[in-house]
Amino acid sequence: MSRARQLLFMAGWLLFGAGALSQPPPLPRTLAPQQLRSGLTFSGPDVQSLQADAFANPGLLWLARGESLWGQRVGPPNLSCQDCHGLKASSMQGVAVQYPKLATGSGSLINLEDQIRACRTQRQGVSDWGFESDGLLAMTLYLTEASKGLALRLSPDPRLAVHLQAGASLFQRQQGQLNLSCAQCHDQQQGRRLYSDRLSQGQPNGYPVYRLEWQTLGSLERRLRSCYAGIRAEPPSWGDPQMRQLALYLNWRGEGLPLEVPAVRK
Amino acid sequence: MNQGLARLQWPENIVAGDVVKVRLLVQHPMQTGYQQDMQGRLIPRNVLLWLSCTLGDQQVFRAEPSSGIAANPYFEFFVRARATADMVVRWQDDLGVAGEWQQRMVVVERKTPGP
Repeated sequence: MSRARQLLFMAGWLLFGAGALSQPPPLPRTLAPQQLRSGLTFSGPDVQSLQADAFANPGLLWLARGESLWGQRVGPPNLSCQDCHGLKASSMQGVAVQYPKLATGSGSLINLEDQIRACRTQRQGVSDWGFESDGLLAMTLYLTEASKGLALRLSPDPRLAVHLQAGASLFQRQQGQLNLSCAQCHDQQQGRRLYSDRLSQGQPNGYPVYRLEWQTLGSLERRLRSCYAGIRAEPPSWGDPQMRQLALYLNWRGEGLPLEVPAVRK
Repeated sequence: MNQGLARLQWPENIVAGDVVKVRLLVQHPMQTGYQQDMQGRLIPRNVLLWLSCTLGDQQVFRAEPSSGIAANPYFEFFVRARATADMVVRWQDDLGVAGEWQQRMVVVERKTPGP
């Protein structure tokens, strides 16, 4: 090998090495796979039996609504979800466990609700589903049901690493008047009592969830905002990328937990 | 015709003369009038004023839930099933929205004991 080619070879290695260094280091897992516990196991027997009741679980009302919305033709193109996607059971299986992920076009981090809203405005030409609207929640729950029992598993997209890192640091950041971080409660104190409540691990495997406190179905974003209120911090605005990054981190942290649909929590 | 959303359930095999447990779940926010929305504005009171169930042409259950009942109220009552008939649930709330949910209760004749 000539001297010049040797130099070129070394330069290539250096560049490659530098590239590898600029990648964020792999995140440490704060919970081992065998430690993962669904929020249901922290709930009382009343909540557990309501979720298990195949008739009285109130989430089933939204599931039924989602089912009828799936086949409903709307908007100027008179399109239903089913016209493009076919039967939900076959086309949507395994979809819900991958969110949040990067949008195909814009490359921004989106959750399942964002994707449904984009589909509804861009393909069906209707923009009536705001955050936490009944229709959006019903459709999200209906799509999530196609992945019922599947384990949370992020898409292997390497571009997610930056967002995952941002979510992780948000999880560790102390904020609000109580100056608490997510990690202080849900990593370090999980299982112990906070007033009358058992502190859960903050797992995202049951969303959208029917929460007795809300008396309705709600998204993971709404639940995160509840935590912000709990520590007396100002939550980011609705749909803020930070909330998506935090949700991404939570999904990564809970990888392996099966999806519960429809879930009920206190 | 179905308006609104409800769920009705009773045992699968009903023989004429059976007393069956009917379970009813109605989707309704049951707003007390004291809650605020995401922007902090008071949500006007909206609760079920009345709810009635008829089996065939006979009213078998009626309730006036008013406020203080949780959202998506759940009811349970017993009826004696005599023949196949439609169970019709009707309700009305503070906003004047009327709901109706219908489901057929299939009842088989009791077999007379053999000789």
